[in-house]
Parts: sequence; C-alpha cells; structure tokens
Amino acid sequence: MNSLPLLSLLVFAPWAGALVLALLPRLSPSASRGLALGTSLSTLLFGLIACSDFNPAATAYQFVEVHNWIRALGVHYYLGLDGMSLLLVLLTGLVAPAALLASWRLERDVRLFNLLFLLLQGAALGVFLALDFFHWFIFWELSLVPAFFLIKLWGGPGAPRAAYQFVIYTLAGSAFMLAAFAAIYGATGSLSFPQLAHAAAGGELAAALGPWWIKIVFVGVFLGLAVKVPLFPFHTWLPSAYAEAPTGASMFLTGIMSKMGVYGFFRLLWPLFPAQLHAASGVLLWLALAGVVLGAFAAMAQTDLKRMIAYSSINHVSYCLLALFAVAGGGSELARDSAATSAALTSAKEAALSGALLQMFNHGLSASALFFCAGILASRNNGNRGLADYGGVRTSAPLFAGLCGLAMFSSIGLPGLNGFVGEFLIFRGVFGLVPYAAAVACLGLFATAYFLLTFWQKVFHGPVAGGGKNFADLDGLELATLLPGIVLMFLLGLAPQLLAGLINPLVTTWAAK
Amino acid sequence: MIISAQHLWLIPALPLLAAGIGALTPRGGRSLSAGAAIAAMVAAFILSCLALRTALIDPAAHQTFNFAWFDLGHGAVRLGFLLDPLTAFMCVMVTFVGALIFIFSTGYMKDDANFKQFFCFLSLFAAAMLGLLVANSLLLLFICWELVGLASYLLIGFWFHKPSAAAAAKKAFITTRIGDLGFLFGILWLYDARGTLLFFDGGHGVLEAASLSAMAGTTLSCGLALSTAIGLLIFCGAVGKSGQFPLHVWLPDAMEGPTPVSALIHAATMVAAGVFLIARVYPLMSADQVLASVPVHALTVVAFIGGITALMGACIAVAQNDIKRVLAFSTVSQLGYMMLALGVGSWVAAIFHLLTHAFFKALLFLGAGSVIHAAHHEQDMRSLGGLRGPMKTTFATFAIGMMALAGVPFLFSGFWSKEAILHAALEWDVSILPLIMGLAAVVLTAFYMTRLVAEVFFGKARSHAAEHAHESPATMTIPLVILAACAIALGFLGTPAFPWLQAKLLGEAEVHGHSLLVGAGLMGLSIVLVALGLGAGWAIYGRKLRQSATAKDPLETASPPLFAALAARLGFDELYAATVGRANLAFGALSAGFDRYVLGGTISFLTRFAHFTGVVSLENDESGLNAGFNATSEKLRGAGQSYSKAQTGDAHGYLRVLALAFVVLVLLVVLGGGR
Amino acid sequence: MSPLHICLLFSSALFCIGLVGALARSNTILVLLGIELMLNAANINFIAFWRYGPNHADGTGIIFVLFSIAVAAAEAAVGLALVIAIYRHRQTIRLQEANTLKG
Repeated sequence: MNSLPLLSLLVFAPWAGALVLALLPRLSPSASRGLALGTSLSTLLFGLIACSDFNPAATAYQFVEVHNWIRALGVHYYLGLDGMSLLLVLLTGLVAPAALLASWRLERDVRLFNLLFLLLQGAALGVFLALDFFHWFIFWELSLVPAFFLIKLWGGPGAPRAAYQFVIYTLAGSAFMLAAFAAIYGATGSLSFPQLAHAAAGGELAAALGPWWIKIVFVGVFLGLAVKVPLFPFHTWLPSAYAEAPTGASMFLTGIMSKMGVYGFFRLLWPLFPAQLHAASGVLLWLALAGVVLGAFAAMAQTDLKRMIAYSSINHVSYCLLALFAVAGGGSELARDSAATSAALTSAKEAALSGALLQMFNHGLSASALFFCAGILASRNNGNRGLADYGGVRTSAPLFAGLCGLAMFSSIGLPGLNGFVGEFLIFRGVFGLVPYAAAVACLGLFATAYFLLTFWQKVFHGPVAGGGKNFADLDGLELATLLPGIVLMFLLGLAPQLLAGLINPLVTTWAAK
Repeated sequence: MIISAQHLWLIPALPLLAAGIGALTPRGGRSLSAGAAIAAMVAAFILSCLALRTALIDPAAHQTFNFAWFDLGHGAVRLGFLLDPLTAFMCVMVTFVGALIFIFSTGYMKDDANFKQFFCFLSLFAAAMLGLLVANSLLLLFICWELVGLASYLLIGFWFHKPSAAAAAKKAFITTRIGDLGFLFGILWLYDARGTLLFFDGGHGVLEAASLSAMAGTTLSCGLALSTAIGLLIFCGAVGKSGQFPLHVWLPDAMEGPTPVSALIHAATMVAAGVFLIARVYPLMSADQVLASVPVHALTVVAFIGGITALMGACIAVAQNDIKRVLAFSTVSQLGYMMLALGVGSWVAAIFHLLTHAFFKALLFLGAGSVIHAAHHEQDMRSLGGLRGPMKTTFATFAIGMMALAGVPFLFSGFWSKEAILHAALEWDVSILPLIMGLAAVVLTAFYMTRLVAEVFFGKARSHAAEHAHESPATMTIPLVILAACAIALGFLGTPAFPWLQAKLLGEAEVHGHSLLVGAGLMGLSIVLVALGLGAGWAIYGRKLRQSATAKDPLETASPPLFAALAARLGFDELYAATVGRANLAFGALSAGFDRYVLGGTISFLTRFAHFTGVVSLENDESGLNAGFNATSEKLRGAGQSYSKAQTGDAHGYLRVLALAFVVLVLLVVLGGGR
Repeated sequence: MSPLHICLLFSSALFCIGLVGALARSNTILVLLGIELMLNAANINFIAFWRYGPNHADGTGIIFVLFSIAVAAAEAAVGLALVIAIYRHRQTIRLQEANTLKG
C-alpha cells in the first residue's frame, strides 16, 4: 500500500495550520482566513485521495498506521479507516470549510478564531481515525477546549453560561468513560479498539471483567457517549450551546461533533459490549424514541430559530441511535427462528445500519446548511432570530429562500433530496426489527414537517414585515458557502450509491454478526 | 419509433429538464421558461402516445424495466419502470391536459412577476406526476408522490405574499403528509414482508400471484389478512392525496393557488393520483376477496369512504359561493365516486371516470379561470352574473363541462363514466349503501352545477368587474375548446355498447360490447335523477335570478341552519383545529416544557445540590477547623506582643542589662568558688 | 605579683573604662569607642594568656587577636556608616533617640 502516512496527514494538517497561525501573531486577518480555509480544505483533499484508494469490498481497517508509543503501557499510535470513518472524514472535509466560509465576515480576533477552529477540526478527525483508546480519548477531550472558547468568546449574550454548561456536562460524561476504560485496561491490558472488539466477540472481555464489572463499565462508556450525541435525556446542554454559538461553530457542532458521539456508539459501545447493549436495548430504544418524538415536538414550541434547529438536530441524530438500538436488540421481540425470517431480519439490520450511517452524513449536510441560513437571517437583522421577527423574506431574497427551502426539505426528508434515503432505510430496518418503534417514530416525521413548514411560512411567506424589509439576497461568498452542500443534497438524493457503495460491505458484515 | 419500458424514463425526464432550464434562466427569461415547459410537455405527449401504441399491442402484458438504485446488504434497492395500458392512458391524459393548461397559463399568468418560476414549478410537477405514473416500484412511486406534494405545496403557495395562500400551502402539505405516513408505513410493511417493492418482477413482484397469495394467506393477530392491513395503510396515502373524507379539508383551501394550478393539480391529475395508486395496487387491495372469514375487506373500506366523500362533497358544494370552491368540492365528490368504483370492484370504471373527469374538470376550472381573469380576480359568484353575453366561448365550453359533470345523458362523457360506476355499485353484493350515496350525489351534482351556471352566466352583472368583463385571449379559449371537444368525445371510448377502454385496461384483446339494455333500469333512474337535479336547480336559481350581490341565497331563506352548516363545510376545519391542531401544539408545548422544567429542573437541582454540598463543607471548615486554628494563632500573637514590650529600643538599656548580667555572672563564678 | 596578673588587672581596668564609656555617654560615636575599648581589653587578655601560657611557641593568641582586630575594624566601619545614616536621617546621633525598633 501507499507509503505516505495519509491518515496522519489527514489528522495533523489542520493542527499544522493552527501551529502556523499561532507562530505568526502579526498575520493579517485576511491571510489568516485564507490559511485556515486552505488547511481546512486539506481534509477534503486527503479524504478524496483516501476515497480513491479505498477498497470498499474490504471491511478491515485500511491505511493502517501502527507505531509503538508508550511501551511501558502498551499504548500504540494506531490510526485506521473503514467505510464509516471515511464517510465522516468526507463530511468533516465538507462541513468544516463551509463553517469557516460562514465565519469569513467575523471581525474580532480572526486569527484566534481560525486557530481554535483548526484545532477543533483536527481533534474531530483524530476521533474518527484513532483506533487506540489512549489517543482517541485525547482527541475526544481536546475537541472540547477549542469548542468551549469558540462558543464563549464569539457567541451570543448567553454564551458563557452555555459554554460552561456544555463543557461541564461533556466532561462529566467523559469522566465516566475514562474510568470505564481504566477498568478495561486494568482487566485486559489493552486499549486498542480492534483487539478489544475481538476480545469482546470471543467473550474474553466479559470474562476478564466479570459479570458485574462489565455492566458498570458499559454504563460508564455509555454515559460518555450519550452526553456527546446527545441521547435523551442527556441533551439539555445542547439547545443553548447550539443556539448561542457563533454560526460557524454551530455548523461544526451539529455537523461533526454530534456525529462523534454516534460514531462512538458504533465504534466502541456496540463492538465492545454487544451483549450488554442487547440487554439494554429495550430501554435505550425508548430513550431514542423519546429523542425522536420529544425533540421534534419541542422544536415546534420554540420561537428562536437556532433553538428550533438545535431541537431538530436532537430528533435527527436520535434516528441513528434508534436504528443502532433496534439492530442491537436484534428483533428479539419478534421471536422468529425459521431460516427465511432470519434472512429477513438480516436484511432489516442491513437497512437500519446503512440508514444510520447515511443519516449521519445527510444530517451533517442539511443541519449545518440550516444553521448557516439561520445565521444569515440573524446577521441581516441585528442578531434577532425570533420566528416572529421576519416575514416575506422570499419576496426580497428569492435565491436565499430557494436554497434555504432546499435545505429545509432535505431535513424534512423529501424524496429526491439526500435526507430521504437515510430516513427511509432507518424506518425500513426499524420496522423489520421493532415495528412499534417505527410507528412511534412516525410522529417525529410528522412533527418535523410541521415545524419546519411553520418556520418557512412565518419567515419567508406572507407580507414583507420585520427583518424581511430590505433583506439583501445572498452575495457571492454566502452562495459559495451554501451551494456545494445544496448540490450534494441533490446528488446524494438521486444517486445514493455514491455513499452506499462505500459502506455497504462494512454494513453487511456488521449485520451478519 | 418504438417506446418500450426502458425508454419510459424519457417521459418524466423531459419536463424535469424543462424545470431545470426554468430554474436556471434569469428572471427575465419568460419565453424561454414557458417555451421549454410547453415543448417538453408536447414532446412528452408524443412519447406517451407512442408508449400507448406499444402498450396496446399486447394489453395484458406488463412490460417492465428494473434497475438497481443502490446497494443494500447482499442485494440492492431496486426501482423500475412499467408500461401497461393503465400507465399509458394516464400518461397520455396528463401530458395532453398538462400541455393545454400550460398554454392556457401563458395567457392567465401573463402579468405575474414570477412568470418563469411558475413554469418551472409546473414542469417540476409534471415530471413528478409522470414519474409516479411510470413507476414499477412502490418506492419510486412514493418518491414521486412526495414530489408532486412538494410541487403542489409550491404552487398553492405561489402567491406566497398572501398569508391565506401560505397557510393553505402548509395545510395541504401537512394534511397529505398525515395520509402519507400511513402510506409509508404500508410500504415499510410490504418491504419487510416481501423484501421487494417492485410491482412486477418476473414473478417476484409484489403484485404477482405468489406474493399476493402469500400475503392473503398470512393472518395477523387482529384477524385481518396481511394484504388487508397493508392495503388499508396504502389507502391512507390515497385518502390524503385524493382529498377523501376525513382528510379532504386541504383541497378546498388549495384553491388559493392560481387557477391553472387548480385545474391541473387539484382537479385533473395530482388529486387523482390516489385513485391511480389504488388502481395500480388493485391486485393487492383485492387479494383478500378470496377470504370469507376476515373482519373486513380492504375494498369495503374504500367503497364506504368513497361513498361518504361523494355525498359529503356534493352536499357542501351546494352552499359555497366561491366558484373555485364549488368546483373544489365537486372534485372531492367526484374523487369519492372514483374511490367508490374501486371499492366496489370496478377499477376500470374508476379509471374511466378519472380520465373523463380530468378533461371536463380541467375544462371547468379553466373556464372559471377565464371568468376570474376577465373579472379581475373576482371569484365570488354572487358578485358575477350575466357573463353569458360578453364571454360566449367561455360560456359555451363551461356549459359543456357542466353538463358532462352533471351527467347529462348520452352526449357527454361524464354520463357514461358515472353510469359505469353506478352499474358496478349496483352489482356489489356487500351493501347497497354506496349505490344510494352515489345516486343522491347525482341529484346534488346536477343541482349545484345548475346553480353555479345560473349565478355566474345568467342574470345581470352584479359588480363593476363583471360589467366590464371581456372574452379572454385565444391562448386561453383555444384550450377550452379542445377540452370541451374531449369532454364530449371521450365518453365514446367506453360506452357499454363498445367498452374499448375498459377492455384494453383489463388486458383483453377483443372488445365485447353489451347491449345498452343491460342495466337499463338503473340508467333510466339516474337520468331521472339528473333531470330532477337540473330542474330543481333551474327552478330555484334560474327562474328567479339573483338581483344583487348581497341578496340571500334562496336555500338560506328556506333553511338557515342547514345552509350555514354546509357553508361552513360541516365544521371539519374547526373540528380539526380544535382537536388535532390543538393537541399537536399542546404536545409541542408539553415537550418543550418537559425539557425545560423537568429535565432542566433536574439538572439545576443537581447543580444546586452540588453547590449546597460545597456550602456545607465550607461551613464546616470555617467554624470547626479554622476557628481552632485562629484562636491558637491569636493567643500566640498576644504573647508575642507582651514579650515585645521588653524590646525598648534603648541601646543603653540593653547595654546596662548586659553589664549587669555580666557582673552577676562574674559574681556567681567568683562567689560560687569557681574551681 | 606576676606579669600575668598585671596584664589582667590592666585589661580589667581598660574594660571597665570602656563599659562606663559605653553606658554613660549618649553620643553614639563615643559609645562605639567604649565598645572598641572593651574589645581591646579582651584582645589584651588573649595576648597575655598566650604569652604566659604553657605553649607560646605556636602563636595561637596572635592569630586570634589579628582576626579580632580585623573583625572589629569591619564592625567599626559598619557601625560608623550606620551612625552617619542615622544622622542623615534624623539630624542627631543621640543614642536615646534611636529607638524605632522597640516592640
């Protein structure tokens, strides 16, 4: 294979950019913007290189880099990539530059903002590519620091409080996870994910930890991940953090950071604790359903645009977890056993898992686009983001209305746009495994359509009023930020094979487990 | 040129291309946008005719072309195109009516600022509608189904600066989405049960015998057959889209859109998609007919919903004053007829009525559009009147449409298609109620159409706008004339004597005519009923013409409460707003409140608790440990202070003490004896 | 009366003169002078005990005294410098008035 350490480049290129920014204190704002955007785009470039060399048929990790790091502890520097990581790396490569473009007009401490942003991007990539808990956790925690400052320093009036809440909450979750992994390390002496997953599959992990400890450890890891996603009822930090963060940071938080949690569920919790997840799936399924339904309905009652989109984010990422929990539960409630129906169960699992992975990508695109649109609205109206502050924006800004509408319909899950494929597959899979869950989740679909159309009607339609007066249409920069995402929404809606081809073999092996 | 199933994608692709052109042309590109849309429709019409020719070569065959959309697990999600007479007839109708309405729109929308956007949306609609028709996969059908919903949303809200239009658009989307959730659920169930969503797939499709018998043979715990449950869920989608009771409330509001939109989407094509859907999955819907002991057959539900809708729509239409709303409720009623036909087992009669209805209802809407255009957007028929004189072409064509809708015997297409439905209802052995509801609706339809024509075209003009009305331009009247011709001619495709259309739809190569005397009794009854309706309408509204816009309706004087109830559309909107709407909002507020107060409260309780623990431990430190330490320190300090008094700062004093001490020391040494 | 006794009586007298001077005078310089006298009395004792002691060959007394004188010189320099500093600060060198360090 390729001798170039592609994955290291991928992870450390943004950090290198951040270092350059840190070392050049006198850099002009425009130069630092350009530098940051360039380094941020490197992720997309390396991601596409990885994509072209990627062999979708192989389900093992590819481009693996393993080096001894701390011999005494048996810690390795271990990077690797599979279809799921690749998907998220590509998503990062799309969302992060868009978020930087969205922050292009920021005037205050431009260099510091870009520096922190690149740090955040690098940390997120590290989370998606690291395969050893030691540096995985470092990346995981390091992502908090720049996020905290991005929210606190550039956010809205309630930002300091929201930032503290966000960090304290996430740190508390991470502490449980760290303790859990300390226990795992104590019992097995290994921190490498593939090794641990192998041990878990063979039952050695459970044997090493003992029947009680493994449950406690499971809960610890679960808490750390559930806060990050967030899974109901650990989501209370999210609306204010997303709402108060500056536009670019909101885009990254919803597009990438929420995926870090979901990724953790797929990479850590499920492979390491399949039996525990299976046992807990009944309860967890209801939590995910609560996220789907209550998230959507709570969004309906919001009057602040960004809070509304934040709640819809809870709703959308809960679909991913719903699918995972349904698969982990394995359709046990149906108590089917004949060969024909077990094939049906497998195909339902395949659908649910593919749907969840596609949904991660699609939600990243559509939610960050929606946050950007909310940011545009707020930026043209002195930062007001109330639903009632606008009216008839479509009259004065038809282009903006059209593109925002596309992002909205993608979020609703309109067929022909990207959101539909993921949601349809999730529903198809969940229906095959746990029919009642699919029925309850339908309520979420309905409510999503309801509140997004209400938003659209109030802000864009009707007579011109409030912030809709003299509303300038998109300029070149804003168009450049929004358009790639919109084009992808169409493309992936019509040809989902582009993504499905990358993950399908992986998903097939997962479903066969 | 032979069009077979693998070329079918061209039919929706052409309007889609036109929509793309429309979207990308600058605002000024009016003629390009409209020209592309019309050209694409005409081309699609020609292709559809060629496809019909192919389909009629062997009407019983289902030509399919299936392909993988994307990989999923060991298999793939597959979509496909299907060519059979049903698809082909529908495509021809949609492209033909569509092209005429597009042409009409160039006149009707001439002064609109968003002219090119209008054609872009219309083309998008046409693409989605045609995609729906050619789909050989329930999934592809659902995708297009949602897209026609989107186009409908965009076009109802086309005059989005009007709050009522924006609200109507949202209402339409949300109401149909309620039905669509049921539809989606049916699709999921079907997919889960059969592992495919293709209709025909060389014996493996869901509409083929193996699949049907398996689904009819599976009994659920509630006693229903699997096929019944899935069929009813799919029917939910049709209820939403086709404005059936109880989800009909969006359709009248959809009249907020421009009139060509009402004609194309909310009369001729999209709302009929539900009927098409049920006709398409008819084998699935009727799979449970072989079972005797099930609690209910899927088609029975369809028949009753259709009958109720037909009667209810006709009743409400009697008391409406807005031309377009009368026509909207008549659409609801006619769609109910079609559902009734499906339910009683004659899907060909439903499709026959669908096709004839598409033409005469498009004609009526375009005629109404012509009137509205001439009367400067005055839609209230109490303020119109007397248009017979100035608008001769419009009047003549509208009258033809009205007679087709009312079912005036022999000459008009609506008569034959309605007869077919009533005949099927008569032969249905489950219940006679649908037939009675259908017959009652016949009287009412004739009655309210007479009322409409009398109020709009007869008497004297009752407003300034109506007085100055002129005939519309040729771009608008020519489509009217063509549609009027079709509204007459189309009926002869399916008369009992020569039921060519029915035979082709059913896949029979030969056409076996029946004598007109078959079911002559029923036909006679319905002719009498039509005459009764027309006569009553003329007696009430025609003989004593309305004198002023504010005069009371004769029916209102006769029975105010009944009229008020009908005029208020039987209160469905209020009922839904008070129940579903309110529950929805309440649940929303509840969720947000739960989030804020219960979860937020728990979090803040935990925070307070942590804070409290901090305060307690601080207090303990302060009063216990620190106090002891402070007291000790204080005593030490006091002692130091008193000792420091000895430090006088007087060097002589120190020296004196030193000397004294020295002397004492020496004395001690000396006196102590030293050594 | 041996020479050692004479030396001791002399040094005692010198010491007493120095002590009385240091205690009685209020001028700080004179007090310092008195202290120097006392110091020198001690030096004489060193020399005397060395000269009339048992082993006067190894010169320990001389060494002690040389050290002592050097230290006394340094001490006098520091002392006089302090006196000058105090004078500059307070325009007086009366020892009774320099009592700021009292407790």
